[in-house]
Amino acid sequence: MDDASKTAYWKANLRLIIGCLVVWFTCSFGLGILLADQLNAIKIGGYKLGFWFAQQGSIYVFLFLIFFYAACMNALDRKFNVHEG
Amino acid sequence: MDLQLMTYLVVGATFALYIVIAIKSKAASTGEFYVAGKGVHPVLNGMATGADWMSAASFISMAGLIAFKGYDASVYLMGWTGGYCLLAMLLAPYLRKYGKFTVPEFIGDRFYSNSARIIAVLCLITASLTYVIGQMKGIGVAFSRFLELPFELGLFVGMAIVFVYAVLGGMKGITYTQIAQYCVLIFAYTVPAVFISLHLTGVPVPQIGLGSAMADGSGVYLLDKLDMVLTDLGFKEYTIQKGSTLNMMLLTMSLMIGTAGLPHVITRFFTVPKIRDARSSAGWALVFIAILYTTAPGVGAMARLNLMNTIQIGPVGSPEGNLKYEDRPSWFKNWEKTGLLKFEDKNGDGRIQYYGNSKEFASKAESFGWKGNEMVKVDRDIMVLANPEIAKLPHWVIALVAAGGIAAALSTAAGLLLAISSAISHDLLKGIFVPGMSEKKELLASRISMACAIGVAGYLGLNPPGFAAQVVALAFGLAASSIFPALMMGIFSKKVGKYGVNCGMLAGLGSTLIYIFWFKGWFFLPGTAMAPDNAAHWLMGISPGSFGAVGALINFTVALTVAQFAPDPPEHIQHLVEDIRVPGALNPPSVH
Repeated sequence: MDDASKTAYWKANLRLIIGCLVVWFTCSFGLGILLADQLNAIKIGGYKLGFWFAQQGSIYVFLFLIFFYAACMNALDRKFNVHEG
Repeated sequence: MDLQLMTYLVVGATFALYIVIAIKSKAASTGEFYVAGKGVHPVLNGMATGADWMSAASFISMAGLIAFKGYDASVYLMGWTGGYCLLAMLLAPYLRKYGKFTVPEFIGDRFYSNSARIIAVLCLITASLTYVIGQMKGIGVAFSRFLELPFELGLFVGMAIVFVYAVLGGMKGITYTQIAQYCVLIFAYTVPAVFISLHLTGVPVPQIGLGSAMADGSGVYLLDKLDMVLTDLGFKEYTIQKGSTLNMMLLTMSLMIGTAGLPHVITRFFTVPKIRDARSSAGWALVFIAILYTTAPGVGAMARLNLMNTIQIGPVGSPEGNLKYEDRPSWFKNWEKTGLLKFEDKNGDGRIQYYGNSKEFASKAESFGWKGNEMVKVDRDIMVLANPEIAKLPHWVIALVAAGGIAAALSTAAGLLLAISSAISHDLLKGIFVPGMSEKKELLASRISMACAIGVAGYLGLNPPGFAAQVVALAFGLAASSIFPALMMGIFSKKVGKYGVNCGMLAGLGSTLIYIFWFKGWFFLPGTAMAPDNAAHWLMGISPGSFGAVGALINFTVALTVAQFAPDPPEHIQHLVEDIRVPGALNPPSVH
């Protein structure tokens, strides 16, 4: 692997990480804490939405994010031909 | 069958299982002892990580914490799960690519500095030891409550079990017992939760039950009902925020980066065969953790409602509205014996008044002839342990909860002890003081240091230092302010070298320790605190437990500033950083 593609691979990884962490922050700190009061005006079943994000939703989002990241990285590894056997 | 006998059988059966696994997975090399020969399937590693991570505190205390703090306890739910995103994206795959055995080893090599390695070892040992004390106590409590054996005996049995599989099998033995322990603990946690959810809402899934209507036909949602019951009795509303927003944000952040920086969790990701396994394995770990963590809010809220309804049996204020003390249920009596539940008949009417301290309610309470809250102690740990009894579940479920609590404590203790013993044998002995040691000698050294670590942990469990309850803040503070930033800069920056990282770690660590000690006393010695430990005296309302995130920020700032003026790291280190960022073999990976 030459230096140029190494740099390109790393940049693509960083872009992906930043994207994922923006969602990570928005769902937990944003929807679960900062905007919880406003969101609590909306109800899904018996759950106030802000409360739901803080105690349930953010965990589901974290789960989705890790598997999404892992899948994207597998594709990236293949694209740059650095995947393991 | 008698409950006592049933509990002995269930707990005994799980112990037998752990021993059988231990004998089948004896470690033959240092690679097997430290990282299970890097041959653990990512899903199984996820399961083992779940057990490793979820301690006696997660199993026993967390639902109770939620029950009494309501929405504000969300910081623990988000904080202790969100860290896995950071692990999967920022640390685990690159550290796995590096392919060595311990966290301090990476820090020492990457920053070509033995002092950085020693700082990391000290943080690791302090954080892990403080954690182990809690697990040892948890084992003792489970034994004394459920098997009615002396606390000490329980602790010795627990130590003996850990000794067999950790000393023999190292990481290999620990991994496979942790998988078994995960199955025991998750089954023990979810079965009572399903029954209680079914009982209160008619929905068997607690995650959905918590958002459903009560099964009593009133059509009122469970959470609305809980808010109503609590505010009617002068408690604070369950579903809204009570603490400061800044402190909530910082505590969540500290727990997240602390989770990602705890060495016994990171090391688990050294055991999978490939780099891509390290990424997905973090996801599987969170799957197995989320099963418990999304159930806990349901358990907490439902247990709280059950507790309120047990005591307040009629309308608030009417003389017949409160339970007569002599009519109290048998679980109430059992827990009174342990001192975790305490009643004091302040107004001498023979009935129990349990209410909050809001100002509006105080005058009402007075007009009812109530002379203060009579439930003078309701320990939050009761919520999970007494749940099956409160919900009148069969004996085997209660026995299972005992085995689950012990499994949670044992699995976490073993992971921590391995982190401690490998830091001693691999980092201090082989890495710094006796570099010429043969592999056979190192394996022996690691077994001996494991045995010593178990001894020290047992001693501290028997004679817990007075500050045992305070030290969780310390463990997370240390991991967040020193280890996490050092690892992250080691991977994401080519400019930070030994000067930057040493200054950064000392600054982050120092500021966090000083802030914690300032409010909790120097080295937790009673009477040495510089200011009272409450929100009025905290800097900008930041509690000592939340300071880890600030310490991490200080660490990053100092390290990056120093790196601007210090010479760049040598060429081979810059190559090393480039190498760990890409999965495929650039240079052949270092083989042990």
